[in-house]
Amino acid sequence: MDLNYSEEQQAFRAEVRDWLAETLPRDLSEKVRLGKRLTKQDSEHWHALLNERGWLAPNWPKQYGGAEWDAVQRQIFEDECCRAHAPRIVPFGLSMLAPVLMAFGSEEQRQRFLPRILNGEDWWCQGYSEPGAGSDLAALKTRAVREGDHYVVNGQKTWTTLGQHANWIFCLVRTDPDVKKQEGISFLLIDMTSPGITVRPIVLVDGGAEVNEVFFDNVRVPAENLVGEENKGWTYAKYLLTHERTNIAGVGFSNAALETVKEVAGKVQSGGKPLSQNPHFAARVAQVEIDLMAMATTNLRVVSAAAKGQAPGAESSMLKVKGTVIRQELTSLLRRAVGPDALPFQEDYLEGGDNAEMMGPEHAAAAAPSYFNNRKLAIFGGSNEVQRSIITKAIMGL
Amino acid sequence: MDFNLTDERRMLQDSLGRFLADNYDHDKRRKVIASGAPYDAEVFAGLAELGVLGALFSEEAGGFGGAGFDIAVVFEELGRAGVIEPVLPAVLAGSLLGNNADLIEAIISGEAIVALAHAEPVSRYDLNHVTTTISGGVLNGTKAHVLNGAQATHLIVSARESGDDWSEEGIALFLVDPAAKGVTIADHVNTDGTSGATVVLENVTPISRIDGGFAELERATARATLAVSAEALGAMEAAKALTLDYLKERKQFGIPIGKFQALQHRMADVLIEVEQARSAVINLAGNLEADRATRELHVSATKNLIGRVGAHVVEEAVQMHGGIGMTDEYALSHFARRITMIDHWFGDVDHHLARFIALSGAA
Repeated sequence: MDLNYSEEQQAFRAEVRDWLAETLPRDLSEKVRLGKRLTKQDSEHWHALLNERGWLAPNWPKQYGGAEWDAVQRQIFEDECCRAHAPRIVPFGLSMLAPVLMAFGSEEQRQRFLPRILNGEDWWCQGYSEPGAGSDLAALKTRAVREGDHYVVNGQKTWTTLGQHANWIFCLVRTDPDVKKQEGISFLLIDMTSPGITVRPIVLVDGGAEVNEVFFDNVRVPAENLVGEENKGWTYAKYLLTHERTNIAGVGFSNAALETVKEVAGKVQSGGKPLSQNPHFAARVAQVEIDLMAMATTNLRVVSAAAKGQAPGAESSMLKVKGTVIRQELTSLLRRAVGPDALPFQEDYLEGGDNAEMMGPEHAAAAAPSYFNNRKLAIFGGSNEVQRSIITKAIMGL
Repeated sequence: MDFNLTDERRMLQDSLGRFLADNYDHDKRRKVIASGAPYDAEVFAGLAELGVLGALFSEEAGGFGGAGFDIAVVFEELGRAGVIEPVLPAVLAGSLLGNNADLIEAIISGEAIVALAHAEPVSRYDLNHVTTTISGGVLNGTKAHVLNGAQATHLIVSARESGDDWSEEGIALFLVDPAAKGVTIADHVNTDGTSGATVVLENVTPISRIDGGFAELERATARATLAVSAEALGAMEAAKALTLDYLKERKQFGIPIGKFQALQHRMADVLIEVEQARSAVINLAGNLEADRATRELHVSATKNLIGRVGAHVVEEAVQMHGGIGMTDEYALSHFARRITMIDHWFGDVDHHLARFIALSGAA
């Protein structure tokens, strides 16, 4: 037992921290810090800076241009990026599709797509959920019918995050409707500029539109864009979901959010004293801080086992549930901390307007939208209820 | 960073686990408690022989462990088996004995039990609240909730030498013979089957003064807090295992009750929270030798979390068992009592939440 990072790990942390201090543009970190919305250009700019340093793809092997860090290094990198208020790396191409292509794609697909993911030529989005297939993802109906050397795709995807920026979408499609639902699904790469595709934004409860509906109307997709074997897509999808769950605990996000809550509560006044001295508010903050201290160690236990080659099973589901409960509680505390200044909907400010235009203290504009937006945490990537079922099935075998 | 036990600690864990599996169970503990005996002398001697008590002391003090993870490993196993034998006094009072090699040797061999008589009838969880006095070379006052006070071969008594009732300054420690003139010990059984005592001191002459005051009491309490937190973790693991088995075995409406999603999801939360409890124990064990501010912040964080998770695990385990979970005959009842009563040792959930806030503000 040793809770300390090794000398190499501490040196690595210092290297990341120094690089972020030098390289992360101030306008970007201010946007992230204040919860403003990022544009496509913001993300592309940050990706390009990371790529220049060779750090855009922490989990990729070096042969494909990745950093090939172990799980502990990735955790350190994530912590430091959150601490510096760096934009998060948009994960769809880099940490969702790429591992699937490396494991199951053809050499041609890897050669064609991986470099473009790294250099930012392509923006990928994920075509999984459908109106009738949420937690029961395998019930998806979007149909792909083979006609010569093409598939013809008809159907609808939904909750497609940042699909408005994407020029490619990786989709789960039904290629055989007559077998057990998991056995008739294929994994298809679709060019979003193909005729027959319509993207429609979905405005969410926070007033933003980061998700979309994507409609497919007789979209012709070259058969070479099938990943792996036809009707084996469910296997690849499950593989992807395990990769999606790395860093699922969100410790870095929670640490940054806790600091923000404390900072705001130390500044705003309640009853002539800083809100941080209100015993009820202080108790809620302390309790979530204590939970986070333990969860950070739970996360490191899983991460350090993963770094030694043990594959996390039910543990990632545990981290997902606990991590999202903590993150949601922190958004709730920030909303309450800013008090009545959470009332105005300050969309211009969130879209990048300057600080002089804002009502209330720093963070006030983003407090309510962020609270609402982060309801998603317990829903996406397998809802927390699905995770609980995974946990008991894995441990009880029932 | 390494979350694996050293080979020595793993061997200790294995041999202690085996010994308890072979020599200790719910029926045995019930018989001991029903007999009126405070603990089973044979089991206690066996624990000493295994080196369990020696593992709680550093090499300098005459043992072969004494670090946070030694305490955690021992007490998790004791908690898992539901042991009521007097091992905790060795951490609590033992941490105050400094270089008293003879007495420590006697504790390690199981011959001596040294009990700490510090808390008082109205001091609740405030370590600094001491009204027992030392004046003219004699002790006067009443000490409450003295763990194994009636079985002790020696007492360590805290007393006020100067300052007001709440002052951290002016608290002194004395070694006292329980058979000395003026010492009255009233024994009682605790809710969880352990043994407590009220000790009244009337013009008692101590054997000797021992080094230390409030700071040493706080450090000893930190070590004992780690011990009971790890013990609670072990007891939670036992309660969890009983509940998992029960969900698979118990049939209602023609199927195992574990097939019901309402229970599966409750169980999933129990599993998550027990992992949180394990992390909290690791955090305190790893920071036990840190500077005072860091150590005490972890004491309060860990004890608060253990109290909350402990209550959650107990309440859910009993609920998922139904009526059988409430019977004294079934082992869960012992774990439920022990985990719950641990919240009442060294500060409960609310005490440590308030203390964590105060310590965070000072940091």
